[in-house]
Amino acid sequence: MQAEEIVGSRLTNQSLSRWLHSLPGVDKVGLEARAASLATRSIKTTSKVWGLDMAIKMMDLTTLEGMDTPQRVRSLCQKAMTPDMDDPECPTPAAICVYGDMVPHAKAALGKSKIYVAAVATAFPSGRASMKVKLQDTKDAVAFGADEIDMVIDRGAFLSGNYLEVFKQIQAVKQACQRPKGKPAHLKVILETGELQTYDNIRRASYLAMLAGADFIKTSTGKVTVNATLPITLLMLEAVRDWFDQTGELIGVKPAGGIRTAKDALKYLVVVKETAGERWLTPELFRFGASSLLNDVLMQRKKLLTKTYLGPDYVSVD
Amino acid sequence: MFDYAPAPEAKLASFQKSYGHFIGGKFTKAANLYPTINPASEEVLAQISHGTAKDVDLAVKAARSSYEKVWSKLSGAERGKYLYRIARIMQERARELAVAETLNNGKPIKETRDFDVPTAVSWFFYYAGWADKLDHAGLGHNPQALGVAAQVVPWNFPLMMLAWKIAPALAAGNTIVLKPSETTPLSALLFAEICQQAELPEGVVNIVTGFGDTGAALVGHKDVNKVAFTGSTEVGKIIAKQVAGSNKKVTLELGGKAANIVFDDAPIDQAIEGVINGIFFNQGHVCCAGSRLLIQESIHDEFIKKLKRRMNTLRLGDPMDKNTDVGAINSADQLAKIKKLVKKGVSEGGELWQPECKIPRNGFWFAPAIVDNVSPANTVAREEIFGPVLSVITFRTPAEAVTKANNTEYGLSAGIWTEKGSKMLKLADQLNAGVIWSNTFNQFDPTSPFGGFKESGYGREGGRQGLLSYLKAGK
Amino acid sequence: MRLDVKKTYKLFIAGKFPRSESGRSYQVKDSKANHVANVALASRKDVRDAVQAARAAQPGWAGASAYNRGQVLYRIAEMLEGRREQFVSEISSLTGKTQKQADAEVSAAIDSWVWHAGWTDKIDSVAGSMNPVAGPYFNISTNQPTGVVGAFAPQGSALVGFVNTIAPAIVSGNTVVVVTSEHLSLPALTLGEVLATSDLPGGVVNILSGKEAELSSWLVGHMDVNAVDLEGTSNPTELEISAANTVKRVIRPGTYLREGSKGNLQHILDLMEVKTVWHPKGH
Repeated sequence: MQAEEIVGSRLTNQSLSRWLHSLPGVDKVGLEARAASLATRSIKTTSKVWGLDMAIKMMDLTTLEGMDTPQRVRSLCQKAMTPDMDDPECPTPAAICVYGDMVPHAKAALGKSKIYVAAVATAFPSGRASMKVKLQDTKDAVAFGADEIDMVIDRGAFLSGNYLEVFKQIQAVKQACQRPKGKPAHLKVILETGELQTYDNIRRASYLAMLAGADFIKTSTGKVTVNATLPITLLMLEAVRDWFDQTGELIGVKPAGGIRTAKDALKYLVVVKETAGERWLTPELFRFGASSLLNDVLMQRKKLLTKTYLGPDYVSVD
Repeated sequence: MFDYAPAPEAKLASFQKSYGHFIGGKFTKAANLYPTINPASEEVLAQISHGTAKDVDLAVKAARSSYEKVWSKLSGAERGKYLYRIARIMQERARELAVAETLNNGKPIKETRDFDVPTAVSWFFYYAGWADKLDHAGLGHNPQALGVAAQVVPWNFPLMMLAWKIAPALAAGNTIVLKPSETTPLSALLFAEICQQAELPEGVVNIVTGFGDTGAALVGHKDVNKVAFTGSTEVGKIIAKQVAGSNKKVTLELGGKAANIVFDDAPIDQAIEGVINGIFFNQGHVCCAGSRLLIQESIHDEFIKKLKRRMNTLRLGDPMDKNTDVGAINSADQLAKIKKLVKKGVSEGGELWQPECKIPRNGFWFAPAIVDNVSPANTVAREEIFGPVLSVITFRTPAEAVTKANNTEYGLSAGIWTEKGSKMLKLADQLNAGVIWSNTFNQFDPTSPFGGFKESGYGREGGRQGLLSYLKAGK
Repeated sequence: MRLDVKKTYKLFIAGKFPRSESGRSYQVKDSKANHVANVALASRKDVRDAVQAARAAQPGWAGASAYNRGQVLYRIAEMLEGRREQFVSEISSLTGKTQKQADAEVSAAIDSWVWHAGWTDKIDSVAGSMNPVAGPYFNISTNQPTGVVGAFAPQGSALVGFVNTIAPAIVSGNTVVVVTSEHLSLPALTLGEVLATSDLPGGVVNILSGKEAELSSWLVGHMDVNAVDLEGTSNPTELEISAANTVKRVIRPGTYLREGSKGNLQHILDLMEVKTVWHPKGH
């Protein structure tokens, strides 16, 4: 559907603002209570095995450090291709997530494997640069062969009420994801929920991103104090569910930052299942952005197979 | 797909083959037995003594004697310390109590573990703190206990209702004879053991098990100073007549037919959760359940669609499974009553909808239900069903919502969903109900008084007001 | 023969047990003037650190549910009961009280914790109000903790006076920096060990042993302290004048009894602020 059709009038900052502010409010206490109640679900035996494997398949294995080197990225790719040396059946992550300049190294290391390369772009993590720079950043990564682009929204523009500016930036980046030949890069839009702070803002930013053409909405950069949380993810899952009802478009959700344990990952899967529904339980529509989660999931996976708790020395560092 | 594998709680509670009454600090010899069952499997859990007038008399005598010889002579501070002890032992044995409650009642372990037992414990902690502060209760200096309290509690929250009754009564300095419901006596009998472990003086708490005749003998006993009853309005009226002309102080916490009012400016996703929680919590076996959804006409269709989708995710089944949301109906009688009322509502024009769910072979079950298009005259809009059945009624304006919400003989609770504070507060003023929840539902706290208007009863439980139900002004 | 292992008595700041920043200590003697222990002698910089710790802990402690604070205070009573003998021995050694008298003092201290524990979730039920204002408004008044309290425990009481100084402050969600009795400081410092093992968050109670006269002007003058309890001070008038610079709430010496097994609701309320909320009603 066209954005104007959804908003119901010509797109101006005023009409966008009115549309976003007409979304139902979010009651913090109720939302958090619902998330906490879903977090008490007890996932055992066969469903745990299924969940752990799915968590690996949904993972965007991430390294986003100033000290990243080609060697570091290669070693992470190696880890992604063979997460568990002892178990060839072990599934592999959905993608490797790196800075744009590391895309060629990741592509080379991953070779013909089915693992995607995702690149953060648009002056990640702050997003504070000219539009020209943000677009060039995106185009570079796309040209290097990135399968997915993780962009950040302009939180300053959002918080000052300049929704149209945010909308236009996302649209422009979406355009920059196109390739002359071949599939366009998938666009994940990072809301940086920790800076938007209120649940009402997060719901509005989710809708704004979907309206502008996001393929995925993503919680966080992982670089601020509060990153992904269960209630925020639940709220964003409600948004994609209701968006689907309204437009028929399937949008993905990616919580990122702060998800470190297998137990946490299973809680997120429960929230996916019981909020958006089973349809979203696929790497096409749900991802985890994480750097240290993989090893904990691997340890839990091995524990289920061997019935013995493992120590961190029994899985490879990446 | 991601279908949760069974996650059964360990059977941490064990029961004796049979139980006598708990009188004067000891269990009497089991006699006049009847079986108590697990309503989820119909398996017999234990044999329970059906108390006679003689048993009741012995219990009242024990309570009177301990009141005069021991309990009324203790300082408030020392009484308080007994209550703290009880609270602590309940915390230590919390999971065992939760399991026992689930087995005997049929409600999900998730609820007994996370709600019933912790709430019961909090009541003891809260009133423990009152025992040495009665001068602040609002009756002036040195208020006095009433004496022996006769307490009759229902089957929907057996342990929690016991705590609501016993904790304030003991804090105020009364002694007690309590009768649990005939279908759910086991947690009360475990509580008797806890009284022993806490070294509570003999006779301060007495528990007599049995049926309605046992309760009638207790309420009617001439040496009882206080009657506290939670249960149906029908029985409440009988009790009110029975004590007429006596000096017995009475509190009644009876039925309800709460309106859960949802406006178009509500936080919709949370309102859905609140409506679900309001009616399907504890299988709707809740006197303050939000059994009438009053939905603003402009959002009816969208809201009902979302509500049905949410109901499809409710998991009905083995109450001992940690992922069960809706457990068993407590008894065959109750199930028959629910079925009868729903059938009547449909025949009167209501549209019944229930999600598909597998009903277990044994036990008593009723799938969560909504009855849409209900007129205010429909039976399911007027009578308390006490089951997982939500009646849907529409309104157009706040004034109409108030009129419809108040159009009932009951007045226990109500819910208001809107993000507009001034509207909420005005409605709260206008609704004839003892508890108003806004943008939430079914919240309980020992600091907060609970009780009804009109035929939902009188007197309050919880908070400072709850203490007054067990005190009189000093001389 | 076997040599006893003796305890080092240190300060209690932010949940940890540091020596004085100044490196100083002083001798505590028993009732017969025999040496008992060298105790950390707190300095103005320890006051500064303690106030900082109290401020950092205050929002979290006030934000805990009243029920939770009550459970923590009751836990203190439980832990104190479990270490009764140590306190009895310290009290009788320092004060010359008989075992029986010292035992009674410990009992009073325990019971006072229990009494205070019960207040956490009842203060507003008794001292709050719904105000029937003449207009279409919802109007309530609730009591909220003042913030950081600087307190001086009575000089003449080893344990119960100390407990009755800190408990009324923390019950409502204040945090406290408390200076112990100079000569009877050991039970107060040992109480720090009880507090540290009672689920009380670090920084809620900060205990300084030393000379009241040296520390009082710094603690009372500290601009990030909201209220002061001058019970154990020697120059209260001067301190009250200093407190007025930032309009601190002041409890004058002798206002409340500190020896009993119960406190006083007014004492608790003296360290709280009334907040009134208005909201229109109408649809």
